[in-house]
Amino acid sequence: MSTTLRTVPRPAGKVRAEAARPRGTRQRSLLHSAGSQLLLWAYAAIAFGPLLLVLIGSLRPNAEILRAPVGLPSSFDLSNYTRAWQTASISTYFINSLTVTCASVALCVSVSAMAAYALARWKFPGRALLAALFLSGLMIPAKLGLLPVFYMFQSMGLIDSRIGLVLLYAASGIPFSVFVIMGFMRGLPGELEEAARIDGANEGRLFVSVILPLMRPALAVATVFQFAPTWNDFFYPLVLLRSGDKYTIPVGLTRFFGEFAADRGTLFAGLVIALVPLAVVFALATKQIVAGLTAGMSR
Amino acid sequence: MVPAQELTVRPARRSRRRAGRISAGWITSFCLPAFALYGLFLVVPLVTAFYYGLFRWDGTQQGEFVGIGNYREILTRYPLSDEIPAALGHNVLFFVGTMAIQNTIGLGLALLLHRNPWGKRLFQTLFSLPYLISPLIVGYIWSLLLSPTFGPINFALRAVGLDAWARPWLGEPDLALPVLILVNAWQWIGGPMLIFGAALAGIPQELEEAAAMDGASPTRTFWSIRFPLLIPAVGVITVLTFIGCFNIFDLVYALGGSDGGPGGAMDVLGLLYYRTAFRGGSNAIGESSALAMLIFVLIFGVSLALERTLRRREVH
Repeated sequence: MSTTLRTVPRPAGKVRAEAARPRGTRQRSLLHSAGSQLLLWAYAAIAFGPLLLVLIGSLRPNAEILRAPVGLPSSFDLSNYTRAWQTASISTYFINSLTVTCASVALCVSVSAMAAYALARWKFPGRALLAALFLSGLMIPAKLGLLPVFYMFQSMGLIDSRIGLVLLYAASGIPFSVFVIMGFMRGLPGELEEAARIDGANEGRLFVSVILPLMRPALAVATVFQFAPTWNDFFYPLVLLRSGDKYTIPVGLTRFFGEFAADRGTLFAGLVIALVPLAVVFALATKQIVAGLTAGMSR
Repeated sequence: MVPAQELTVRPARRSRRRAGRISAGWITSFCLPAFALYGLFLVVPLVTAFYYGLFRWDGTQQGEFVGIGNYREILTRYPLSDEIPAALGHNVLFFVGTMAIQNTIGLGLALLLHRNPWGKRLFQTLFSLPYLISPLIVGYIWSLLLSPTFGPINFALRAVGLDAWARPWLGEPDLALPVLILVNAWQWIGGPMLIFGAALAGIPQELEEAAAMDGASPTRTFWSIRFPLLIPAVGVITVLTFIGCFNIFDLVYALGGSDGGPGGAMDVLGLLYYRTAFRGGSNAIGESSALAMLIFVLIFGVSLALERTLRRREVH
């Protein structure tokens, strides 16, 4: 392959590349961008289509779905939803999931915020080691400790308990939360803290009234990224919960799929209900999600 | 994703000197809660699993110390001696397929969005929407959509006359793994797209303009200017993909049940561990703990090694 590039005389001064191009190129680039738009919309259909099928399916009576799997609902009918919510006890699973998720996210983010602040700002022996210990959790497949967790919970009376799940989820969210909050604290100037210290605030007071408000963006990222995996987790409750009235949404859904296998409309409605809280989180926090996904790239 | 580097201490400033004199009581009360939770529920179980794996078990009764006996056992005795290589092979294929399909398409979408900023935010949102859905739910959604007789996909294929293409997608051993790769890619494509997007946005505009002015073709601009600058992003994505692909459990469970689909065509290490641990066998604890340790060393070791190599590259 030849390595010499075709040389075009450079225009004097700083001119944008577009201006230097002949007209034919511009037309071609217009064509290009139309093609790109087409591709983007095509992928949007692939990404969103399946969700749309589920949403539409949830509004159609089962008999209609079995007759014609693709089609619009003939009338606006929410009976699939009431059946899923009441008869299939999705309401119970939903409330369990909400309780467990909120409690564990709150616990995880508050202990992580405290530790991350101390690790980012204070000097003490063992600090680097402690930080390394927390951050190594980012790569540890924690679920492989399931069997010991099971026996530990058995001895602590935490089998079939939502409290056990809350503790477990809070613990497994610590590495990412510490990572995000610590990174954020590093980029924050320390003047406000110094001022508060000079004004005589003690460390606890300082943390609550000065640091926490400053940390808010990082706390939001940590919250969103802890909320979704906890809401979604299936592995721990599958093993650690026994009774149906304590099931969270994912394990509840496996039972629901067994009981209502033939009733597609209700299944679709159940799936939509399970998706609602995440859709809300997504709508409220797209910015934080992008920030979190690219957290590793900022350095 | 660069934990160890995060630890570098910033040069002490004058104001720092005062902050250095925090009492041990405050340090303990700030660090202990996180440390206790993390230690008790994450570190201790993994250490315990290692310990369990060194003993023979009779049900839940701990027996004699056998050292690496359990490891030898699971690697040499049927059925695990067959199931482990098969599951590992599926994980590897799954990883390779995901790198090739999901991350390539993700890069393509990021490039398209980079060149056509119109509606960028909307497309980013649409593409990464499935990101937040539980893999279990994604599995259930697709198993409904792909179901042989009443699934919309086969219905649509038949409607346009492609009857021969309408298959029991999840029922054929040869198709199951490719379908798994595609469904998984559908869910996670937003990740590589956003990471590549951020990396592309960081490339100085001048470089691209200079190349264009010198008459470089778009292909050439990509390979000579953009791609080298995207390598760090490729690294991050490779590590994330590796961790994701070797930890997979929920999606396979929803698409193929705990046996991993038709003829175990989608059986992966995560499912195998779950079955070994909870499907009886008198030495289940010993064997599954040994298996857990092997998987642990594989995942943690490879991710660490990947990270090290990538970081060394970045320096140049």
